[in-house]
Amino acid sequence: MQFKTTSSPHYTPENSVNTIMRRVLLAMIPGTLATIFFFGWGVIINMLLACVVALGTEALMLGMRNRAIKPYLLDGSAILTACLLALALPQLAPWWLTCIATVSAIIFGKHLYGGLGFNPFNPAMVGYVIAIISFPKEMTQWVPPLLEGYTHLNFLQTFQVIFGGQVPAGLSWDAITMATPLDTLKTQLGLELSINDIHQHEVYGPMFGAVGGIGWEWINGLFLAGGLWLAMKRVIDWRIPAGLLGTLFFLSNSFALYDYSSFTPPTFHMFSGGIMLAAFFIATDPVTAATTPRGRWIFGAGIGFFIFVIRTWGGYPDGIAFAVLLMNMTTPLLDYYTMPRAFGHHWREFPQHTKKHDDE
Amino acid sequence: MSTASPIRRASLPEQLIIPLHQHIGENSEILVTKGERVLKGQPLTVAKAYVSAPIHAPSSGIVTDIAEYPAPHPSGLSTLCIVIKTDGENEWADLEPVSNYRDLSTAELRNIIRHAGIVGLGGAAFPTAVKLNPGPDHPIDTVIINAAECEPYISCDDMLMRERADEVISGIEIILHTLGAKKALIAIENNKPEAAEALQKSLGRTANENIHVVAIPTIYPTGGEKQLIKVLTNKEVPSDGLPIDIGIVVQNVGTTAAIHRAIHFGEPLISRIITVTGNGIKQPQNMDVLIGTSMAEVIQQCGGYTENAKQLIMGGPMMGFSMHTDHLPIIKGCNCLLVETTEQRQGMQTMPCIRCGECTRVCPANLLPQQLYWHASSRNFDQVQDYHLFDCIECGCCAHVCPSHIPLVQYYRFAKTEIWNQERDRKKSDHARVRHDFRQARLDREKRERDERLRKKKEMLEKKKQEESQASTAEIDPKKAAINAALERVKMKKASTTVTPKNTNNLTEEQQKKIDEVDKQRQASKTK
Ligand code: SF4
Ligand code: SF4
Repeated sequence: MQFKTTSSPHYTPENSVNTIMRRVLLAMIPGTLATIFFFGWGVIINMLLACVVALGTEALMLGMRNRAIKPYLLDGSAILTACLLALALPQLAPWWLTCIATVSAIIFGKHLYGGLGFNPFNPAMVGYVIAIISFPKEMTQWVPPLLEGYTHLNFLQTFQVIFGGQVPAGLSWDAITMATPLDTLKTQLGLELSINDIHQHEVYGPMFGAVGGIGWEWINGLFLAGGLWLAMKRVIDWRIPAGLLGTLFFLSNSFALYDYSSFTPPTFHMFSGGIMLAAFFIATDPVTAATTPRGRWIFGAGIGFFIFVIRTWGGYPDGIAFAVLLMNMTTPLLDYYTMPRAFGHHWREFPQHTKKHDDE
Repeated sequence: MSTASPIRRASLPEQLIIPLHQHIGENSEILVTKGERVLKGQPLTVAKAYVSAPIHAPSSGIVTDIAEYPAPHPSGLSTLCIVIKTDGENEWADLEPVSNYRDLSTAELRNIIRHAGIVGLGGAAFPTAVKLNPGPDHPIDTVIINAAECEPYISCDDMLMRERADEVISGIEIILHTLGAKKALIAIENNKPEAAEALQKSLGRTANENIHVVAIPTIYPTGGEKQLIKVLTNKEVPSDGLPIDIGIVVQNVGTTAAIHRAIHFGEPLISRIITVTGNGIKQPQNMDVLIGTSMAEVIQQCGGYTENAKQLIMGGPMMGFSMHTDHLPIIKGCNCLLVETTEQRQGMQTMPCIRCGECTRVCPANLLPQQLYWHASSRNFDQVQDYHLFDCIECGCCAHVCPSHIPLVQYYRFAKTEIWNQERDRKKSDHARVRHDFRQARLDREKRERDERLRKKKEMLEKKKQEESQASTAEIDPKKAAINAALERVKMKKASTTVTPKNTNNLTEEQQKKIDEVDKQRQASKTK
């Protein structure tokens, strides 16, 4: 009998890129539902819009680069990028802003570098940064979470705001949007108010909720839960979120202990803004993170460090995107210097090729 | 799947094709001629080189051919084989069993093992006698008996221990004696309680306190030699070293049973147990097969193929080689025939590496398979070695978990082969250069000798001339010498001027100052 020959191993692998992406998307569901619950229809509209645009751009780029369209389109990575981006953008961001962010994410963040697996920067964060730098005003159009004293838009109204840029009759922008707690805290701290004063403030006080701001604490809690599930399933490496959250907690705690009236307490840091989404779903993007175990610790810790620095002293209320991109840049270096000790070798045997070439 | 029924002895095939080269090392020399009748166990070759092993007639019959036949090797190339047409008599040659091996010297024991053609039966097929000779500067403390099946599916060692535990233990005792080692650890995976029990019982009978059965977790690839040592002793074999460097010798259980038979019965290695399994086999089981039996015949005796058999693999699913035909002989290193129903990776899209690090997590050699892949695929052979390519044991773990379905091991094999080829080419060219140099030297020497001869001839002639006209030349000489001296001086001057540096002797004062300043600054910045 004659047979075809192939190379070992002869097992069928169980895992695939597709499974990974599907699991990540699955784990995002609880947190996403909470986001929709607190921030309304805008979240859904943004997500759908971003997904459609992402898939369209992806197909277009694959076509232009003469790649097989179907397997790549179905690998789920474009959808994931779109969802992350939609969750990071404000709910009332105009449609064109979402489109620009998504298109930039897919093109500049991914395909210009050679597509999936070759991009050095997290595509969603590339899109986000392009948006926030180019359109800072539109990037503040967050809606108030289910909170007394604000108007909540229904689907039609939301649709009109996003696609028509029209504030519904009888309402003003101020009535339908609101700065995030992180933003508020930053502004007010800048005005020399103490943390305590801000929390007691009659206008701003209520939004801070129990730990991380009304709505935000729930959203972050649920993303945390989804993330832990992913880590347990070993879809993501626990070292990155552990390094990130650990560093953020350590730094914010140290500073709060030093001066609790002008530094944000660690609980707030951990449960406000996009922190859990970042820790478990964005920073863990395997393509752009370090790959060695030690490298991943450092990678996570670095992001935590930069988030704290930008939140505390930087120009943006939430520095996640910048922190992630900054650490993306260090990835090749981290990988190189944190090589695991190969079996039967000693520590500190770095690849020596640079030297070798000099000799030649 | 293949442990349900006991080991079955395969029936005697009509024809046996025995490749000369079934082991790591040099070929052995043929002792028989075409048409000769050979007896069972009669040596067909003799191993001349140190790292080599002879082969023996697995059954009695006539040598019908000595020629190249396809052999089970990944390359699919043919090798020199001895073909025997069996006569069904199974007539044994004279065997020389040893009545009490403790009376023999270790060298004598090794010699018997060597002439019995015993090689490592775990798959690598390294001549056992060589492994049992670590040399005086490597005292062996521990012998590890590898009873951890090297790959999933394979159960020949398991069955051997269950059914022939006494042979295994007896073989281990011989090994301990030969090496002068203190203790032996039988590493057995914890999913083989029956085998462990059989060994314990047998140990109880012999009451040997130096042999211990140790259960180890069933995690692929603990059957790998270096990994096994780490699990058992927590010692790591250095990357460029061997287990003997840390006082350890590892032997496969199958090998120990073969040693037992060689010493106590004088039987050479002419058969082995192989696992025939996979979804493509009707009755998966373990078979005791004569070396040289055709794979097709063995599979026939296991009920044949199922309808959807697609792939034949020699060895296990992780590291085995897929064969293109079953008309190949069973060799000493073949521990498993695996027939799969699906062609692996068929229809599965290979995606780019997403750097997920899964491969790094599972690599038993602690390598970065993803970096290896990156550099191997871009043919950066220097870098790929910096990432310790040659520590890769090709276990296939990384490719198995890779979500992008990249056939990683294929890339490593490719890179290794390329590097070996380069090395060989380099050696070849080195050799050529040396030869060229020799030739040049010879030519030079010949030329020198010829010149010498010519010169002598000339001198002789000159002498004659001189003698003839001595008086007239004496006057001219001083003049000539003066001219020569002047010429010499001019030459010397020329030589000395060419070595002085350019552009520095015609500097203006200003320029010189500037240079001095710069130098000073440089000096200052250095000391800062
Ligand atoms: S497992 Fe595959 S996809 Fe993941 S890092 Fe390794 S080679 Fe890349
Ligand atoms: S085959 Fe892969 S997992 Fe196995 S040793 Fe080589 S690199 Fe590591």
